[in-house]
Amino acid sequence: MPKPDSLQGSLDLLVLKILSRRARLHGYAIMSAIQNMSREVLRVEEGSLYPALHRMEEAGWIRAEWVTKDSGKRARMYELTAAGKKQLGAEESRWQAVTSAINRVLREA
Amino acid sequence: MPLWSRLANFLRGDHLNREIDEEFQSHIEEAIEQGRDPAEARKAFGSALRHREESRDIRLVAWLESLRADAVFGWRQLNKTRVTSLAAILSLALAIGACTSAFRLIDALLLRPLPVANAERLYDLSRQGIGPDNKPQTFDGWAYPDFQLMRAAVANQAELIAVSYAEPVDLTYKSDEEMEKAYLQYVSGWMFPTLGIRPALGRVFTENDDLKPGGHPYAVLSHDYWTHRFGQDPGVIGRTFRLGNTIYEIAGVAEAPFTGTEPGTIVDIFVPIMMHPGVTRKDWTWHRTLFMPKPGVLENDRTALESIRQKLQATFRAFEEERAKGFLGMRKEDIDHFLNQTLLLEPAATGVSALQSETRRPLAILGVLVALVLLIACANVANLMTAQASARAREMAVRVSIGGGRWRLVQLVLLQSAWLALLAAVLGGLFAWWSGPFVVSMINPPDNPARLLLPADWRVLSFGLALALGVTLLFGLAPALRASSVNPVSALKGGEDPHSRRRLMHALIAVQVSFCFLVLFVAGLFVTTFKRLSNQPTGFSVDRLLVLDTVAKQPQSLEFWEQVAERLRSVQGVEKVALADEPLLGAGSWNNFISVNGAPPNGILSYMRAVSPGWLETMKIPLIDGRDFLPSDAHPGSALVNETFAKVYFDGLDPVGKTFDLSFDEGVRLRYQIVGLVGDVRYKSLREPILPQLYVPFHSVDATGATVKKTNGTLLVRTSLSSPLALASTLRQEVPQVRSEFRVSRIRRQLEINQSHTVRERLLATLALFFAIVALLLAGVGLYGVLHYSVLQRRREIGIRIAVGAQAGGIARLVTRDVFSMVLFGAAAGVGLGMVSVRFIESLFYQVKATDLQMLALPALTILAGALLAALPAVIRAVRIDPVTMLRAE
Repeated sequence: MPKPDSLQGSLDLLVLKILSRRARLHGYAIMSAIQNMSREVLRVEEGSLYPALHRMEEAGWIRAEWVTKDSGKRARMYELTAAGKKQLGAEESRWQAVTSAINRVLREA
Repeated sequence: MPLWSRLANFLRGDHLNREIDEEFQSHIEEAIEQGRDPAEARKAFGSALRHREESRDIRLVAWLESLRADAVFGWRQLNKTRVTSLAAILSLALAIGACTSAFRLIDALLLRPLPVANAERLYDLSRQGIGPDNKPQTFDGWAYPDFQLMRAAVANQAELIAVSYAEPVDLTYKSDEEMEKAYLQYVSGWMFPTLGIRPALGRVFTENDDLKPGGHPYAVLSHDYWTHRFGQDPGVIGRTFRLGNTIYEIAGVAEAPFTGTEPGTIVDIFVPIMMHPGVTRKDWTWHRTLFMPKPGVLENDRTALESIRQKLQATFRAFEEERAKGFLGMRKEDIDHFLNQTLLLEPAATGVSALQSETRRPLAILGVLVALVLLIACANVANLMTAQASARAREMAVRVSIGGGRWRLVQLVLLQSAWLALLAAVLGGLFAWWSGPFVVSMINPPDNPARLLLPADWRVLSFGLALALGVTLLFGLAPALRASSVNPVSALKGGEDPHSRRRLMHALIAVQVSFCFLVLFVAGLFVTTFKRLSNQPTGFSVDRLLVLDTVAKQPQSLEFWEQVAERLRSVQGVEKVALADEPLLGAGSWNNFISVNGAPPNGILSYMRAVSPGWLETMKIPLIDGRDFLPSDAHPGSALVNETFAKVYFDGLDPVGKTFDLSFDEGVRLRYQIVGLVGDVRYKSLREPILPQLYVPFHSVDATGATVKKTNGTLLVRTSLSSPLALASTLRQEVPQVRSEFRVSRIRRQLEINQSHTVRERLLATLALFFAIVALLLAGVGLYGVLHYSVLQRRREIGIRIAVGAQAGGIARLVTRDVFSMVLFGAAAGVGLGMVSVRFIESLFYQVKATDLQMLALPALTILAGALLAALPAVIRAVRIDPVTMLRAE
């Protein structure tokens, strides 16, 4: 089973992708989404997730907003920006390039 | 994240921490809700503190880092173009400095509340009505008995405070030889507790110091006077000084910074109102009345102020009706005007002073002029930044294409503007520091050194900072947004549409020229006003004429006064000496109604002066008919009148030998015979039409025919010296030699007295001229910069044109055509602006109209000449472009 560290580098891509499908998620929802969609293979730790979210927010790829939930509690919801969409495209093609390159190496070695 | 929210993060670090904590908390709650074990959820989260630090750093440090990098980069950019940056900084510094200086002055004089408790609840009582000259007038002087009635009438709702007009007096702490000047104000004892002014030493006055007329010879010093006169010596309590014939004892020192209620005058000594000689007189109006409603009165009832005003009005009217019963020989119309005055309550949080009302409009005008100069400077810097931005279009395009955010580019350019503004603000602050007191010294008439506290505190500082910030946005935002909206593809391909930048710069040139025209136009009007007013003939000669205000310890007989005059005539360098009650154009004015042949007065006041024989000759006023006074003439009895007097009362016929009556209060009527007709002179103002004047002999007798002794007189000394003040100390020493009771309290040149009437005009003319020169200079620099830039940008095109045979004249036209059409357009707009704005300041002009062709032509020609001069270097450069080198280089 891959260690959480193995997400390094691809965490941004995952978060951006998830936010591009489902607008406005809070941190916990993003975390569970990664876990569920990877069928529990990929786990992201809170200690990595939040700094990454804040970094991407700072870079202008995502933006956050405080929303009051039905329970009356506040949650910080994230969504993708236009710049984030571009970034997602770039990261996706980079990922494709890297994985296909790695696959080629695995096949032909 | 937008810049502002980052800025908010930066300034509210705690808030950021809380926000991050809250987000973590909501995460844990969510986890528990989804069925995770609370302890495990918390544990999984790890050290919240560490995450918080990490998140916080990410959100803050990145921004601070970018800010620092941009600031350094901006500084380098400024350094790269050192000369243009310096020009921008200096022009901006001049403008910011002038603005701050103007604000300092306006704030100190007109905006700053008095340093007393509840200043915002302070009002000044005045009355408005039709004056004896049938013009509306407002006056805030009151008689003390009237004040007492009014105070009693509203005692439940408000406090009334009497404060005299602060005046310079002669007093001595030792012998009579050591008289000194001090500013004195008579005040109600309860002024101190009502305004919450505590003693710094000893005691201040209370209600108990206002019981008996003449019975409270105590003084309270202002902290300022205590500091500069006594070096804060605590032993000052109990010391005495003599003022007139009264010995006053110093009872205390009022705490700083209170220096009286008149901005522009720093009171040295407060004495109880009961010590004023006019305190029991119903016909002396000599003090202001300040009004402060009791706490809660106005808050509880909005109409309270009006009902109090009506109560005061009723009391005042009853008082004056009682007094008017004694007005004999006055026309009913004038009495009605007198009684039908409306009492006004006007807010006086900033105090009340003559300087305030005299300079309010001039200062407002200067404020506008200075703001225009600032805008011109901003336009200059904006043009500079636009030109620089165009040079940096490639750099910007590269930044955008490698992923620099737009906001980041805005920040980059704005920071460079902020550097400019910051440096300019520091230099401008220094300029304001120096120029504020300089301007105050210009408002001051030379013989009446008014002092204004000009504190440089947080008010001035925050104004300066707000100004710098506003200016940064004003000239920095447009270039910044423009730079950030750069289109990388076209910029990298070889530049976007070059005309779009030039259009912006040209528009700014038009704005500059129109503002510059406005400043020049207004300056021209003020300079002409000052010139015409100063050259106004006064009817007498000021050459080498000295005015000696002379006082005697006890009233002295006419004989002794004449001996003093005689003694001065023997002094080397003195040509003529005469006596008068006061100088012409001085502060004192004395008037009465005239009745001819026993008929009732015609409602026109005649203005009076008491003069000795020889006064006409000394003043060089022509005697048109009849004779001068003889030593035997006395007041009442003989009179000299001027030509306007003859016109107004005798239909222009020669009045010599005719008689008229003057009527005084209590029904006394005195008959005068006109012995001479003299030339018209300026009596109290250079602006007003010539007044009917009459002169009575300095020698006056009472009802029994005995000569009246006098304590005050003015010696007019015509000297043969070109600088008459060289005689001042000799004359000062000679006067007491005749009799030791006599003393000269002040020596002035008549010229100074005349000049004090044009102080406001001189201030406006000088400062407006200064701003006009600055505006012209700035607009010239701006024009030069834009032309220089456009030649640089079109050098290839010009090179080709020269290569294919264009003439120098054609090139010059090509380079300047657009800009000069902007100059003309700007000038036309300036004329329009000028025509609209002079309406607000017309009343300050004298014998000059805004529609005079000369007034419009002069600034227009000046601007055109300035524009030609500014265009010259760029044109020369364009014509000299060598097509071979140019085309080879490209």
